[in-house]
Amino acid sequence: MSGEQKQFDVLVVGAGPAGIAAAVTAAECGARVGVVDDNPAPGGQIWRGESANGLGEAARWLVKLHHQNIQLLSGTRVFDHPAANVLHAETADRFLELSYQKLVLATGARERFLPFPGWTLPNVMGAGGLQALVKSGLPIEGKRVVVAGTGPLLLAVASYLRKHGARIAMICEQASLRSLGRFGLALLSQPQKITQVLALRKDLAGVPFVTDSWPIAAGGDPVLKDVLITRGRDTEKIPCDYLACGFHLVPNTELAALIGCRMRDGYVEVDHLERTSVPDVFCAGEPTGIGGIEMSLIEGQIAGATAAGRPDLAQKHGRARAKLEPFSRALDRTFRLRPELQSLPLPETIVCRCEDVTYSRLKPYGSWRSAKLQTRCGMGPCQGRICGPAAQFLFHWSPDSVRPPIFPAVLNNLAAMACREAQPSGAMRGSE
Amino acid sequence: MPDPITVTVNGRSVAVSEGATVAAAMMISGSHCRQSVLGEPRSPLCGMGICFECRAVIDGISHRRSCQILCASGMEIRTDEW
Repeated sequence: MSGEQKQFDVLVVGAGPAGIAAAVTAAECGARVGVVDDNPAPGGQIWRGESANGLGEAARWLVKLHHQNIQLLSGTRVFDHPAANVLHAETADRFLELSYQKLVLATGARERFLPFPGWTLPNVMGAGGLQALVKSGLPIEGKRVVVAGTGPLLLAVASYLRKHGARIAMICEQASLRSLGRFGLALLSQPQKITQVLALRKDLAGVPFVTDSWPIAAGGDPVLKDVLITRGRDTEKIPCDYLACGFHLVPNTELAALIGCRMRDGYVEVDHLERTSVPDVFCAGEPTGIGGIEMSLIEGQIAGATAAGRPDLAQKHGRARAKLEPFSRALDRTFRLRPELQSLPLPETIVCRCEDVTYSRLKPYGSWRSAKLQTRCGMGPCQGRICGPAAQFLFHWSPDSVRPPIFPAVLNNLAAMACREAQPSGAMRGSE
Repeated sequence: MPDPITVTVNGRSVAVSEGATVAAAMMISGSHCRQSVLGEPRSPLCGMGICFECRAVIDGISHRRSCQILCASGMEIRTDEW
């Protein structure tokens, strides 16, 4: 496997809205910018499948990414931070050593999954997960879909799938009608959000939307056939081809944690200029607090300008950011998980899908660490990204410290990493 | 509509649209992606490269995350068959 070294003034990790905004802003300030992203094309999850030829906001930003100062490295995954101002990454066939003056972490968020009987069946997917697959070429026309879980993503996904021909049997939101009502009131200060909600309501006319409702079991063998949902005192079995189920979002903070950025309540702590506790390292978008796309674009611009040495430009976004903060807080409050969901798994329900570790095997342990050591829970290829947040909710275990590699990496590339550790003077192995 | 791309999943031909991922091709073919430690069939969950449930053998290289890889004409995809 070949290796390569690259140097940038500003390196951005993640090419979703926050990362794109950071990269474009820094490049326009004259910095030489690198953008490293795991996905095959830029846009993150929300703009997956969008092209620079379109008309909307995604296209406007994607066009700007074609800047002479920006080098985009798609299909590239960061797996280590071996020394200050250096990251190690790999593509399908290459090892990369990326050096930078300033680093912007825009690593986005993933869905939170909760285990319930049958959640490992094929065709039970994340809500965003099914949407991503449809954006990636999976035909959905005529398929019957139940959308369940919690968060504003459920409505966006249901609307998207319906536009592509899916029949949405039901949308089940675990939050109570009362807390959704309060959320609606919080939206009144955000005209842009109100327009979005009204549009979604129109798209979803005639689709049953049920609050205080969640899936209690998915059935079928070997593939999903139906889902049993609870709504108030009743349960109902709904036949479906897909169950699109996600419980709001969890920030991707593994790289920030590895670098040593201070966390607060599970998010990366930043100041008004998106600076983390580590010098030269900035963070923008969902890892600093789940705030949605408008917030991500603003934070990205602030981080990009500051990283490029123009805090004066960053400061002009301060007011817009402050205006969006109540929305971010309302999201957290409204879509908090209800305690009943902790009793969803049966003893034999799998919690860790990588290693097939069941609920009853985990229950006796007092911490995530001892459960990992004794059962291999969280030690498979996803490294606990799926079962970790679930275990945190089910058992109140705090997450463990993060150690490299933060993603499974090819052995040759890990060897390159070991070489570096053996030579603290930092002699570069160059292109081996 | 651009011409479809043809790949094989466990030896069977599958046509997908341009820009489709290998995970989509596997789901269209009706193949599960992998067999779990306890022998259960598994298919894509997160769709964004995090969960590793969709990993498969692509052109002879194992453990590739099929949801992050675009189909190319003639690509050979193998799953844990049963």
